[in-house]
Amino acid sequence: MPSNLLGIEELGREQIQALLDRSRCYQAMLSQPVKKMDLLRGKTVVNLFFESSTRTRTSFEIAAKRLGADTVSISAQGSSLSKGESLVDTLNTLAAMRPDAIVIRHSASGAPHFLARFLPTAIINAGDGTHEHPTQALLDAVTILDHRPSLEGLRVAIIGDIAHSRVARSNIHLLSKFGVRLVLCGPAPLLPPELRLLAPCMELTSNIEQAVAGADVIMMLRVQLERQHETALPKNEYFQFYGLRLEHLRLARPDALVMHPGPINRGREIASEAADSPRSVILNQVENGVAVRMAVLEQVVCH
Amino acid sequence: MPLSRLLIRNGRLIDPASGLDRTSDVLVEDGRIASLTPGLPANGAQTLDAAGLIVAPGFIDIHVHLREPGIEHAETIESGARAAAAGGFTSICCMPNSIPVNDNATVTSFIVERARRSAVVNVFPIGAITRDSAGEQLAEIGAMKEAGAVAVSDDGQPVMNSRVMRRAMEYAGSFGLTVIDHCEDLNLSAGGDIHEGATSTRLGLRGIPACSEEVMVARDILLSQATGARLHVAHISTRNSVAMVRQARAVGLPVTCETTPHHFCLSDQDLAPYDSNYKMKPPLRDPADRDSLLEAIADGVVDAIATDHAPHTGSIKMQEFENCPFGITGLETALGLTLEALVHSGRISLVQMVRLFTTGPAGVLGLDRGTLAPGAPADITIFSTDREWTFDVNQSQSKSKNTPFHLRRFRGGPVVTIVGGRVVWDHR
Repeated sequence: MPSNLLGIEELGREQIQALLDRSRCYQAMLSQPVKKMDLLRGKTVVNLFFESSTRTRTSFEIAAKRLGADTVSISAQGSSLSKGESLVDTLNTLAAMRPDAIVIRHSASGAPHFLARFLPTAIINAGDGTHEHPTQALLDAVTILDHRPSLEGLRVAIIGDIAHSRVARSNIHLLSKFGVRLVLCGPAPLLPPELRLLAPCMELTSNIEQAVAGADVIMMLRVQLERQHETALPKNEYFQFYGLRLEHLRLARPDALVMHPGPINRGREIASEAADSPRSVILNQVENGVAVRMAVLEQVVCH
Repeated sequence: MPLSRLLIRNGRLIDPASGLDRTSDVLVEDGRIASLTPGLPANGAQTLDAAGLIVAPGFIDIHVHLREPGIEHAETIESGARAAAAGGFTSICCMPNSIPVNDNATVTSFIVERARRSAVVNVFPIGAITRDSAGEQLAEIGAMKEAGAVAVSDDGQPVMNSRVMRRAMEYAGSFGLTVIDHCEDLNLSAGGDIHEGATSTRLGLRGIPACSEEVMVARDILLSQATGARLHVAHISTRNSVAMVRQARAVGLPVTCETTPHHFCLSDQDLAPYDSNYKMKPPLRDPADRDSLLEAIADGVVDAIATDHAPHTGSIKMQEFENCPFGITGLETALGLTLEALVHSGRISLVQMVRLFTTGPAGVLGLDRGTLAPGAPADITIFSTDREWTFDVNQSQSKSKNTPFHLRRFRGGPVVTIVGGRVVWDHR
């Protein structure tokens, strides 16, 4: 069985801790003048993105290259899926060329899990539908740990389209395993009550003031209009009730962090003043993404 | 011409229609039940030893998909009938969603004719309610009945327009046909893959809420009351639906319902993540819903067990979960699952179980089948309650292999299937 990274849910706290520790080593290395290593020299990593992506795809590619691996990036538009080939056949074709890992992003929840059942190659989930985005949760944890000694006992508010967010699911699984007190906030149609079953002791609220009150970390999410069959809410008043503004930051802890997985929609879910405030660590998240993906690639390929 | 004679010896005869449950011989002559008497002499008849086995009226499945005409690589009338025989069914009723849709007497006659030539069991077509099952214009229901249709349904493309459904009930009712509804508000369920609940939330799959079924069950019961038509709720799956059907029956409305083995054996907690063999409509509901089905079966609110046998080829089930079609095969596992979940568990008696496969479904559609009374067609299901066996999908008679029950171990199952006095399947 190849070693995969499909999600955070199935990982134990020790496995996550090991990835976080390793990420922090790479973080230090990446501040050196020469950033390239040869740990994965002679290895090949395929990046297969069936959904558009700027940061995740570039981040994986840079991470693989910094480890010395050869990389190939494929997007769905240029692949034989547009000629009617099934996903399994496309992946089997790629696997036949014997890459050491396939990084996949797909709009269907569970697509990487489905492929992992049939492929001999290691699979890394770079985001599947509305299910999980494990490397995002890892890099979010690393970013929080840049500013806090531990995750234990922190109050983290995740605000926005929770129902359709793979980032939210992966973060809920990761943070709850480390004793974080989670508050999920969004308009009721995007905040199904079953979310409570994902982790113990989560607070659900549709009131943003209540969510940010006393928060150590505020994670904002994009409203994923492309994943909704119809408008589940009147979108023109979204910012009025769920957009993060400076006035909300005053309710949080004075050293609270503002995070966002990107891409951000200024004036939709976050005000420019909040996104650009000194509390914002949005670009640190992006930076940490490379170190986290180096740790993940190392773990999966050198397994 | 000499009579064709078959003597089934020493079986435990269970015939709910005539209240029989005793060890006896059964003599079949020229395709009909001739006598039910212990110790009959063979007198040259072919004999079949059924000692230790149950001899019951032939099982009837009122909800299958045979895919012919149109999708013959997934199933044909011939292969589906063989799977039925192997599963202990002697009669099956096929839903109209073939290509073309069975919405006129020509297609109905084609199915009847193909079945006559190729099927080892009785095949009764169910006609569409509306043309092309598009939910707008009523199909030629009267002509389909004359050609052999035994009920009407738009099954997987349920009629959304309540006015059309009302007219369908009035019209079909005047021909004495039951209207079968796959109760699903397609607006509420749009885009859903599995039951909306804990599992869908965890897996990030879009949900099919329980209320998408329940609002249509409520609508249909009210329309049945308004029109007096016989309504049959297909594959009932939620506790609120069960409560409404129970109430409708309590006030004497002509409302019946069926449930499938997978819905009363499994819940959404049993779903193997992203395995399309667990993707069907209605979806596997939550454990409380499943328990309500078990209760409703035990107290007689459920009339029939039906399989909703829905063959799909491997290639279309081998995709991203959200792109896979709904449905699983079920003819060959139904009896094993039912024995396990209902009889061995002590929830119902063997007699009650036989009723759910015979007089129950026959009554729903008014079929003149489901009894061993002398003179009745000799459709007979002989089964075991203790034979240990394992279902291997690679040995399945169906052309499709989409089932979550591959390699499931069973205690008890079909042994010999007899249709019109002829042995069409023998597992011995």
